[in-house]
Amino acid sequence: MKKSAFLGTLTAATISAGFAAAGTLDDVKAAGELKCGVSTGLVGFAAADANGVWNGFDVAVCRAVAAAVLGDGSKVKFVPTTGKTRFTALASGEVDVLARNTTWTFSRDVDLKFEFVGVNYYDGQGFMVPNALGVSSAKELDGATVCIQTGTTTELNLADFFRANNISYEPVPIETNAEAQAQYLSGACDVYTTDASGLAATRATFENPADHSVLPEIVSKEPLGPLVRHGDNQWGDIVRWTLNALITAEELGVTSANVAKSSMEAGGNPEVNRLLGTEGDLGAMLGLDKDWASRAIAVSGNYGEIFEKNIGEKTAIGIARGLNAAWTDGGLIYSPPFR
Amino acid sequence: MADLSFVRTELVPQKTPPASEVGVIGWMRANLFSSIGNSILTLLTLYCIYLVLASILPWAISPTWGAASLTECRGILHELGREGHFSGACWGVIRDRWTQLLFGFYPSELYWRPILAFILLGVALAPVLFDGVTKKLLLLTAVYPFLCFWLIWGGSIWLPISIILGFVFAIVIYGIVSKATSTLLGAIVAIVTPIIWWLFLAAPFGNLMQSFIPLGIEAVQSDKIGGFMLAILIGLTGIFLSLPMGIVLALGRQSDLPILKGVCVAFIEFIRGVPLITLLFVASTLLNYFLPPGTSFDLVLRVMIMVTLFAAAYMAEVVRGGLAALPKGQYEAADSLGLDYWQAQRLIIMPQALKISIPGIVSTFIGLFKDTTLVGIVGLLDPLALSTNIRADMAWNGILWELYGFIALIFFIFCFAMSRYSMYLERKLATGH
Repeated sequence: MKKSAFLGTLTAATISAGFAAAGTLDDVKAAGELKCGVSTGLVGFAAADANGVWNGFDVAVCRAVAAAVLGDGSKVKFVPTTGKTRFTALASGEVDVLARNTTWTFSRDVDLKFEFVGVNYYDGQGFMVPNALGVSSAKELDGATVCIQTGTTTELNLADFFRANNISYEPVPIETNAEAQAQYLSGACDVYTTDASGLAATRATFENPADHSVLPEIVSKEPLGPLVRHGDNQWGDIVRWTLNALITAEELGVTSANVAKSSMEAGGNPEVNRLLGTEGDLGAMLGLDKDWASRAIAVSGNYGEIFEKNIGEKTAIGIARGLNAAWTDGGLIYSPPFR
Repeated sequence: MADLSFVRTELVPQKTPPASEVGVIGWMRANLFSSIGNSILTLLTLYCIYLVLASILPWAISPTWGAASLTECRGILHELGREGHFSGACWGVIRDRWTQLLFGFYPSELYWRPILAFILLGVALAPVLFDGVTKKLLLLTAVYPFLCFWLIWGGSIWLPISIILGFVFAIVIYGIVSKATSTLLGAIVAIVTPIIWWLFLAAPFGNLMQSFIPLGIEAVQSDKIGGFMLAILIGLTGIFLSLPMGIVLALGRQSDLPILKGVCVAFIEFIRGVPLITLLFVASTLLNYFLPPGTSFDLVLRVMIMVTLFAAAYMAEVVRGGLAALPKGQYEAADSLGLDYWQAQRLIIMPQALKISIPGIVSTFIGLFKDTTLVGIVGLLDPLALSTNIRADMAWNGILWELYGFIALIFFIFCFAMSRYSMYLERKLATGH
C-alpha cells in the first residue's frame, strides 16, 4: 500500500510534465523502437510465428512506419491489445500507433480523441451459411439461429438488419472467433456473422470450405485503419503519409523488388521521384530524411504486395481485392498525390 | 477293535485362501461387486468410462505429430482413411508451439534462465516444504526471489543486490537502534530506512556499481514473457506474497487498535467486493491514466501487484477462519504463560490456526494460479491468450481442443501437485490423535 501511495504522489507531480513532453516522433527516436498496438491474434492481420516474429496485414503498417522513422522495419515493439484495452493503451501512450483492425467511426474519432490516419482495409459484416441450408440471400434467413460475438458492433448491425427487413432471428451469443467456429461446425447455429474478412479466414480453415458460402449481403461499413492520438499532428502526418506511400507505390508500380533501384537516382516519372526522395524534399517536411518512403516500401512491399502476401487470393484466406483494389482498378484504395 | 484315536502331531499346513478372496478376483469381489446394487453401479460406471474413452481415444491417437499445418494433418488423416471433423487430433501444433506455450516469446537461446530459475525454485522451497532437508538451504530461499527475477528479466546484477542491501540495512539498524533506545523506535527506523534507500538511493547505487564493475546478463523485456512462464511467475508471486500479507491482515482485523482494524477491514472488504477482472483493468488502464505518458511501469509488474493484493484479501479471510476456530482457551493459555502478543502468535496461535486453514489456503493458491489466465484480457499473453495467437497463424487456424487439452494438462499437473502436497502437510501436522 505504501508503494501505491508513493506512486500517487509521483503521478500528481509528473502528470503535467508528462503531457508537455516532446512529440511522439522524438519519443520514438529516443526509444529506438516503435510501440505498435496490434491484435492479440487475428488471422492474416496479426499473428506471431513459432519464433515470436509478428506478421500480418496490420503488422506490415507498423513495420513500414518503423522503417520510415527509424530506418529499420524490425525495430517495433508489438503490444498485443484486446478489444477492451486498445483505446486506453493508445490514449495513455503505451503505444505510439494502433494498427489493430479498428473500425473508423465518428465517436472513436471525435469523442475518444483519436486520429484515424486512413483506411487500410474496407471491411463489412457478412453472413456465412452451410450450403445445405439452401439459402442464397440473407433476407431468407427468417427464424435462423445466428452465432454472434457479444459486445461488438456486429451485434447491433445484425439487429438493425433483421429489423429493417422485418424478419426474426435467434442469437447464439459467443465470446471468441474460435468458439464461433466450433459452434457453427457442430450445428449449434445456422448462420455465423462477423466481418467478411473474418468469415473468409474462418471458412478457409474448414475441412470442406466448398460446403459453406458467404452470402452476398454486406450489412455494415467497417473501414479499418491505423490510428494515433489527437494533438500530435506531425506524428499523425507521418503515419498517414507512410500508409499513403504504400498505396501510391502500388499505383505507380513501385514494388519491394524495384524500390532500391528506383531510389538510387531520379527516373522518368516525377511523382515516383518525389515519393522516393530523388527529387524535391518531402521527407524534410515530415521531419524525416529523403529516403523515408523508400525504406517503408522496402520492408514488405507496396500496399498490393502486402495484401497479396497476407490475405490475398494466393494465401489460404483468399480474399479478393474487391473494395480494396486500387482506385485505378475500380476499388476504393486511393491516396492523395505526393506533391 | 482297532484303536481309532488320532492325535495330530504336527500342524495342518496352511491352505491358500480361496481364489474368490484374494488376488484380482478377491479385490473385485470386495470392492466392485460386493452387492447387487454395487455391481450395477460398477457396470454403469465402466460403461460411462468406456463411452468417454471410446470417443476421445480414437481422436487423440493420431499420427500427426510431425505435421506442419492443419492442412497437412488432414492430409495424413485422409491417407489413413479417417475423414470428418473429429477424425483425429492435429498434434503438430503442440510440437511446433510447445516452447511458445511454455515460455511465450522468450528468446530461445536464453531458455536456460527460466529453466534454471524453476529448478532453483524446487531447491529453495525444499527446506520450507519438507523435513529432513538441511536448513542451510534457507539462505538460498531468502535470496531466491531476487535471483529468480534477475534470471528472468536479466540486466545488471547490482539492482537486485542493492534491493537486498535494503533488507540488510533494516536488520542491522534495527539491531543497533533497538539496543540503544527502544524496540519501537528501532522498528520504525528499520522500516523507514530501507524505504528511503529503495526510493532514492538503490537505483543510483546500482548504476554506480554497474559502471565500476559491470556485471550482468542480457536483459529481457516483459513483453517477451508469456505462456506458462507468465502464469507461474504471477501465480508464485501472488502465492508467496499473499500468505504473509494475509496473515498480517487477518491479525489486523482481529486487532484492538481501531484505526489498524478499520484499515484492514476496509482493504479486505474492498478487494473482495470487486472481481479480479476489475482489478486487472485498473492495473492495465486506470494506472496508465495516472502515470505520465511514456513512464509506463511494467504491465506484468502492475498485474502482479493487483493479483497479490487480491489473493491477500482472500487469504486474510481464510486465516481469520483458522483463528476463529481456535478455542478461546488457547489464547488464555498463552497469556497465562506470560507470553507477549507476538510470542503468543508465533508459538501458540499461528501454528494451530494455519494448520486448520491449510485446505483453505491451498484452495486459494490453486484458485489464484488458475485465475492467472484472466490476465489475457488486459493483453498479456498467458497460455490461453497464446492459443488465440497460435490460431491466428493460418497454418493452425481452426485448432481448438489440442491446444486446450495441452494447457489443461499442464494446469492439472501443477494444481494436482499443490493439492497432494497440502494433503501430505495435513497428515504430517495431524496431532489430533
